Amino acid sequence: MNIDRLVKMANEISEFFAAESAREQAAEDVAGHLRRFWDPRMRRQIIDYLRTEGGAGLSELARHGVERLAAGDPPGA
Amino acid sequence: MFALDHHDHGTAAPVAGAPVTLQIDGHEVTVPTGTSVMRAAALAGVDVPKLCATDTLKAFGSCRLCLVQIEGRRGYPASCTTLVEAGMKVTTQSPQLHKLRRGVIDLYVSDHPLECEGCPADGHCELQSMAAAVGVTHSSYAPGAVHRPLEVDGSNPYFQFDPQLCIVCSRCVRACDEVQGTFALTVQGRGFASKISASEDQPFMDSECVSCGACVEACPTAALSEKALTRGVPRTQAVTTTCAYCGVGCSFTAEVGGTAEAPEVLRMVPNRDGDANHGHACVKGRFAYGYATHSDRQLKPMIRKSIREPWREVSWDEAIGYAVSEIRRIQAKYGRDAVGGITSSRCTNEETFLVQKLVRAAFGNNNVDTCARVCHSPTGYGLKSTLGESAGTQAFTSVREADVILLIGANPTDGHPVFGSQMKQRLREGAKLIVIDPRAISLVRTPHVAATFHLQLQPGTNVAMLNALAHVVVSEGLTREPYVAERCEAPSYQRWKAFVSEPRNSPEALAEVTGVPAELVRAAARLYATGGNGAIYYGLGVTEHSQGSTAVMALANLAMATGNIGREGVGVNPLRGQNNVQGSCDMGSFPHEFSGYRHVSDPVARALFEQSWGVRLDAEPGLRIPNMFEAALDGTFRALYVQGEDIVQSDPDTNHVTRAMEAMECVIVQDLFLNETAQFAHVFLPGSSFLEKDGTFTNAERRISRVRRVMPPRAGYADWEVTMLLSNALGYPMSYRHASEIMDEIARLTPTFTGVSYEKLDRLGSIQWPCNDAAPEGTPTMHVGHFVRGKGRFFVTEYVATPERVNSRFPLILTTGRILSQYNVGAQTRRTDNVVWHAEDLLEIHPHDAETRGIADGDWVGLASRSGETVLRARVSDRIAPGVVYTTFHFPQTQANVVTTENSDWATNCPEYKVTAVQVVRISQAEAWRTRAAQARYAGRTRDPAHA
Repeated sequence: MNIDRLVKMANEISEFFAAESAREQAAEDVAGHLRRFWDPRMRRQIIDYLRTEGGAGLSELARHGVERLAAGDPPGA
Repeated sequence: MFALDHHDHGTAAPVAGAPVTLQIDGHEVTVPTGTSVMRAAALAGVDVPKLCATDTLKAFGSCRLCLVQIEGRRGYPASCTTLVEAGMKVTTQSPQLHKLRRGVIDLYVSDHPLECEGCPADGHCELQSMAAAVGVTHSSYAPGAVHRPLEVDGSNPYFQFDPQLCIVCSRCVRACDEVQGTFALTVQGRGFASKISASEDQPFMDSECVSCGACVEACPTAALSEKALTRGVPRTQAVTTTCAYCGVGCSFTAEVGGTAEAPEVLRMVPNRDGDANHGHACVKGRFAYGYATHSDRQLKPMIRKSIREPWREVSWDEAIGYAVSEIRRIQAKYGRDAVGGITSSRCTNEETFLVQKLVRAAFGNNNVDTCARVCHSPTGYGLKSTLGESAGTQAFTSVREADVILLIGANPTDGHPVFGSQMKQRLREGAKLIVIDPRAISLVRTPHVAATFHLQLQPGTNVAMLNALAHVVVSEGLTREPYVAERCEAPSYQRWKAFVSEPRNSPEALAEVTGVPAELVRAAARLYATGGNGAIYYGLGVTEHSQGSTAVMALANLAMATGNIGREGVGVNPLRGQNNVQGSCDMGSFPHEFSGYRHVSDPVARALFEQSWGVRLDAEPGLRIPNMFEAALDGTFRALYVQGEDIVQSDPDTNHVTRAMEAMECVIVQDLFLNETAQFAHVFLPGSSFLEKDGTFTNAERRISRVRRVMPPRAGYADWEVTMLLSNALGYPMSYRHASEIMDEIARLTPTFTGVSYEKLDRLGSIQWPCNDAAPEGTPTMHVGHFVRGKGRFFVTEYVATPERVNSRFPLILTTGRILSQYNVGAQTRRTDNVVWHAEDLLEIHPHDAETRGIADGDWVGLASRSGETVLRARVSDRIAPGVVYTTFHFPQTQANVVTTENSDWATNCPEYKVTAVQVVRISQAEAWRTRAAQARYAGRTRDPAHA
């Protein structure tokens, strides 16, 4: 999928949770949202993008959220 | 003229009062206080003669036919205007009464043609019946002046007005006033010169009439009658069913003639016992059903290997076989997750349930989504998060108890006209109205209704506006603290309260963002919080934004903080767009959840379905519609089964959508017509209209109503049967013999539907879910006493500006909507006479913006955005603010979604249809523009002739 779109979506999700809760909880909420609503191939792609290409364009919270997601989603899941 | 199966009670039922017992012609009857003698008599089986009374209208007392005698009272009171009293003894038949009634009828027939044969109302005319009842066959008066010959007004495409048959009872006038609220009709003149007049004595078509048909239904003769009845085909059958247009879900009686083999719907009459519409209708449901038999219907299955090849008509077997072989081939080549399906909010609950079952159980993945994705998915997310259930909180009738109506991002008189009329009734009784909308919708000022406040905000600033309203509520101490303390999560409330209290959320600070003066916002907030029962109604103007879900949560926050949830007259009420948006969501059409909104990762829910369906189910969410497009372009999604949705016309950023569609190897379209999406299809399976099948729809108030088959499926199968054919061919057996068996399965698997069955629906008429052991007859009002999630949760709703910004190249904001006569992508209404009201999409532009561009009303204009361009005619109007333009999306010739963008709601990917930066220019070569745009989209493909 177009990684720019996934990055944009992750950042927008993060914007909501950034306002709603403190940083650690917000990161968990971002990861939770991705886990609940993103198809596995989308999750895989954003995790790979962070791991292999550094995740350029992801906001700090989005990056943190994807890291949390990656910790919960084993590689290749 | 009443429906064939209607028994009229003369006056409406009162709001339940203490029982009163009286005698009518010796029969004892007990009725609520406030009941008229006429209604009490009807309930006792005694129909008092009448002409000016009917049970949708207030008692009028003008015809003097319903006179009765009451023991101990002088004279002959009118039974329609006389209320029952305990111990009353009423006589409805006596020689004196008979003589009086004969005199009245004698006068009526002295100026009414008595040649009934051939009259559309013959056999169903109330004047004819009354004359027969009192034994009048001709007038005893000497010939004198009469109202004939007079010209018939046939200007309206659906009904005619024959003044010769009019008895000036004023039922039509009162129906237009009291029921519809348009006030288009009047009795003009006095005495013999009295006549019914539309607007300023104009033909109906040129008047303010909105063609709802209330006057036609109320007319006791054939003065106002459906043109379809003038052909003289007898109506032999009456079938109660549910309208397939908007989310109001009106109940209708389909009156059918013709033969059993070739039945013909002669008219659709609103059902007075309908729990959603109470006998009212709009121009779409009442009259625009002709699409079902339109010659554009594609009635044979078709296949083709490439979208650049012509279609080939084939048998059902061959079409199903080809579709299944392609799904198998694609899954073998690209993997199990390379295929998916889309359910339709225009199809029944049973059909959407089957399509999602097909995808989950037979395709083996969760790649199923529904057109609710592009309209009310933020409603599901927002209300589930805050209140605990993905649905509106009230019944429509709740509006009767509302004191302040906050209407945001919805245009009920156009989009949900029958509920719009109910809302107008309450507003005329004195309820206050706050409209939050970039456009001056009709309710801002319409006869006898004026909004107290119109907050004409900039598109895309709903959340800022709602935060500003909340700021006032909190900072001025207008919250209802005991309610919140008892019913809501304290930490979330404190967090939200602190957030909205910040000075940056004050109306003054946000005025520059919203464009609305702070004092207006403050006054509106005070009114909502302190004006009594505050009821919020909203539509796609809330959800179709990049912050759609945030705005829904902000509405729920506001309602919870002011204690406006959990009783009659209040609530948070989404006005759903299509007839079964609520139902398609309830039925598990979203890729992440089963029916009843249970996530696919929930092991308990999944085990229930696995046990029932006999297969292992995927625990991972599937692709949403926009994700499907992305995956198609990425090469990981290759086949799509689309039932009853035209994604190419309705989804945003058309050029992006069409590239994705072209990338797929097998698209299976099941529809009534060769729609825009069919241009990209390899298999076409004929669909069936709502008249051709059994099932249920669920409307915006969670009301489940029966759809009943009126005629056999024109292409041989109901839609649910076609899904079964696909599933069986794929090797996953489905063997339902009737739609009721699908509902039985839904009830077994869905906690909120446990108590639903066709037997109960037939018995009760309709049921609002949840319907289960705790609420065996349904739940009109939700969250009574406590929220479904336990404690209500407040969310911080930070305003984030849309990424779509105006600049010097695209300096205007386009927002989109709908109009009364057309529906959604227009596939149905464009194939009816409704096109006489709206034959093309128009671009509303403010006079100032038009003048600076040299645009006059009616000019062709080019509309361009970062996504694409289209051409349409301009309508210069001050209904929208400077800097904003507005159009509808009903016509493929315009394809308004060419210009809308990829931006979407952060939580649900619901597209941001409501905010697109555009430029508008006057053009002289409209056809050249249009041809260029069409060629870009449809190069090499065969288009539906109706769209060409």
